[in-house]
Amino acid sequence: MKDESEQMKIVGRPVPRKEGRDKVTGQARYVDDLHFPEMLYGATVRSAEARGRIKSISFGGDLPWDEFVIVTAKDIPGENCVALILLDQPYLADEFVNHPEEPIVLLAHPDKYLLEEARRNVRIEIESLPAIFSLRDSVNQKEIVWGEDNVFKTYMVEKGNVDETWERADFIIEGEYETGAQEQLYIENNGVIAIASPADGVTVWGSMQCPYYIHKALLKLFGLPEDKIRVVQTETGGGFGGKEEYPSMIAGHAALLAWKSGRPVKIVYDRAEDMAATTKRHPSWTKHRTAVTRDGKLLGMEIEFVVDGGAYATLSAVVLSRGTIHAAGPYFCPNVRIKSRAVATNAPPHGAFRGFGAPQSIFALERHLNKVARELGLSPEEFRRRNFIHEGETTATNQVINEKVDMEGLLNRAFELTDYQAKQMRFAELNKNSRQKKGIGFASFMHGAGFTGSGEKFLESVVGAEATSEGRVRILAASTEIGQGTNTIFAQIAAEALHLDYDAIEVAKPDTGNVPNSGPTVASRTCMIVGKLVESAALGLKQTLVNCGLLSENYTQPDFERACRSYIEQYGALKSFSKYKAPPGINWDDEKYEGDAYGAYAWAVYVAEVTVDMVTYEARVDDFVAVQEVGKVIHPVLAAGQIEGGVAQGIGYTLFENVVWGNGRMVNNQMTNYIIPTAADIPPIRVFFEENPYAYGPAGAKGIGELPMDGAAPAILNAIENATGVSINHIPLMPESIMEALGGERA
Amino acid sequence: MPDASGKVEINCTVNSEARTLHVFPMARLLDVLREELRLTGTKEGCGEGECGACSVLIDGALVNSCLVPVLQVEGALIKTIEGVATGEQLHVVQEAFIACGGAQCGICTPGMVIAAVNLLERTPNPNEAEIRAGLAGNLCRCTGYMKIFEAVVKACQSSSTTKTQRHREEPGI
Repeated sequence: MKDESEQMKIVGRPVPRKEGRDKVTGQARYVDDLHFPEMLYGATVRSAEARGRIKSISFGGDLPWDEFVIVTAKDIPGENCVALILLDQPYLADEFVNHPEEPIVLLAHPDKYLLEEARRNVRIEIESLPAIFSLRDSVNQKEIVWGEDNVFKTYMVEKGNVDETWERADFIIEGEYETGAQEQLYIENNGVIAIASPADGVTVWGSMQCPYYIHKALLKLFGLPEDKIRVVQTETGGGFGGKEEYPSMIAGHAALLAWKSGRPVKIVYDRAEDMAATTKRHPSWTKHRTAVTRDGKLLGMEIEFVVDGGAYATLSAVVLSRGTIHAAGPYFCPNVRIKSRAVATNAPPHGAFRGFGAPQSIFALERHLNKVARELGLSPEEFRRRNFIHEGETTATNQVINEKVDMEGLLNRAFELTDYQAKQMRFAELNKNSRQKKGIGFASFMHGAGFTGSGEKFLESVVGAEATSEGRVRILAASTEIGQGTNTIFAQIAAEALHLDYDAIEVAKPDTGNVPNSGPTVASRTCMIVGKLVESAALGLKQTLVNCGLLSENYTQPDFERACRSYIEQYGALKSFSKYKAPPGINWDDEKYEGDAYGAYAWAVYVAEVTVDMVTYEARVDDFVAVQEVGKVIHPVLAAGQIEGGVAQGIGYTLFENVVWGNGRMVNNQMTNYIIPTAADIPPIRVFFEENPYAYGPAGAKGIGELPMDGAAPAILNAIENATGVSINHIPLMPESIMEALGGERA
Repeated sequence: MPDASGKVEINCTVNSEARTLHVFPMARLLDVLREELRLTGTKEGCGEGECGACSVLIDGALVNSCLVPVLQVEGALIKTIEGVATGEQLHVVQEAFIACGGAQCGICTPGMVIAAVNLLERTPNPNEAEIRAGLAGNLCRCTGYMKIFEAVVKACQSSSTTKTQRHREEPGI
């Protein structure tokens, strides 16, 4: 039988990106490129204290204050909370502030220079209250700053009986691991434009990942009916999670100013404000206790995982969930207990960032397993080979893996591609007489696609497909193009399903006034979950045309075009909608946190080659190989682009990106001193896919976007350990930390 | 001399078009391009000369327009992303960016394209180190740079093919 994928004409081919031409010519319109008549600029006045009680607000300086639109909590027409999971975060602090970037007053004015001066002249007197700034202080309840115990959420995953393993174990190995915050650093800052009035409702245009999240938040903020709120995505210059929940805040702010002034209001953050005030990756702390047998089999894993959520709950519960479920990795272990907590501190809320908790817990696990292997006297690869999960075995949540997972195959391929073992020996020889110590290391991991557990069932995402009178097909979905290629892969999937040309498919701009809620653009779900709905909605169009007798099963593109025209002439608009239904056999128990956490996983082995300079203590990545299985690859160039970009962010996370905190505030909130990798820093990133089509993904595809964020950090630290013989268990790893670990002294 | 409002007259050429600007002398060239001339292809990423999203060419030199007070461009030839293509005909660098996946979210792309065009003007066949150095002032958060390097290499190949073709087409050679 011929492989189905060989017959595909559009899926699997590097078709040109839909909006590519606009992007390379500068014609693509981002929110800051839009200008509305009579538009005002908006600014946010924030707390200067990490925690306290607002005593007074006054307006100083020699400024024409009567020209300014001024909004405080008292001007909010609906409820003063950013609707997400919990309703704890206000749009504007009314009485108390809980972090040092908390918004209190909004200003708008036609002159943005005068606006900036005004912002500096709003005086907010705050009586300060004791605050806490570290995960440890929060866990130890040095001060209670949220709820009764500082805890946003806890989970407990329990498989087998880990307590009984300690006695039977030949070795028990413990370790602690820490990761720092990371800024998404999309190159386009957060921004929106709003128009609002009681008669017409609220419309916002902006840079965003999740139009319907904003829609939900504005409903509550304004107390308006659903059809009075409209959210439109403008071209979005990167998101990485940083435009998942935060745009609900800035959209609300612009809309409040527009509501009060009756004029369009634009708020676009500058880089310093964006870095300081918006969400970052959750810092984390993980403790492992692992029981193993002498022959290198995992008997029990006890994992404690804690993330710092910042001042409000935002998405911490779900970030924690993903981190928890990924904490035991792609290994089979009969007894597992994972206890996890998300806790509060007085920093701006941490939020979604590519990987969503998994990079943190996978970092800990993949560093820890190297320690376990070392104590057993096994190589890291041999220890993993003895414990990799196979089809039919269960994950930590007792999910039976029903796909042909081949971690050994991925490991073997990654080792061949890097000449791993030969290099390891050569480096050991070279390192003896060199100031430059070279090393090689790897990490093996998986990443679940789509919302966790019952998430997709609750979302009930819908996608539409609409035939145009020219016989083209327009996809209607709220999934946003943020650089990853949504427009392109949706068009490929629909074209393939309908046997039409790629150019015959359009993708509508996400606009809640025009597209159904296909859920947020997060969680590696756009291709696998929403793409599947695109496929079935597109097929629905064909089915309707066939059922009406306007099209036969074997048709050409002109036949299809004619059939669409005839249908529209006879019956009017032709649309087809498809709603998510879980694939058969997916069961999840939210109470026990047990079952099928994800419909499918992507699997990977990443290898890093590094050099550590023993005089400057700089670590450099020289080569990086990423081998993964993500189901069918829809677009080879876009898919490789996802992996390369994710690995580069992972390298940044590991060796460059150090958020420096001062009393809950990011103090290096500039690109000058928060460093991301440049063209000069990035090693060759070599990407390889194994394809194993997933039965319930569109054309066999699974999720891909977050996976590459998981592997770089542990692979690099494992390589640094291989190079220097020293084990370091925290990131970001700055030269000063390497110096300290290697026992160097300051000159 | 500044007028009563403090504005001055600046004459320069932007994308081959002569322009007379009435602007504050210390206004950032970036803002003048985006707001006065509505050339919004040039982007602001950081406002402090780190990210290169606002890259333009002034008299053939690659600069961050967020760091240039407009008074410095009196008499200068400025090229922005809007001036890179010739009508509907894309520049080879732009075509290569599309073909190789060099643009993802697209926000760094105008600056990156300008930097790549400038690199190829200075160094028609750059090696890898020269490509990396030539683009090191332009930050991209999406691609990990690999596809951008590929695009630059492809652009060199296509421009040398184009030159060879032209060469062949000339009669008598």
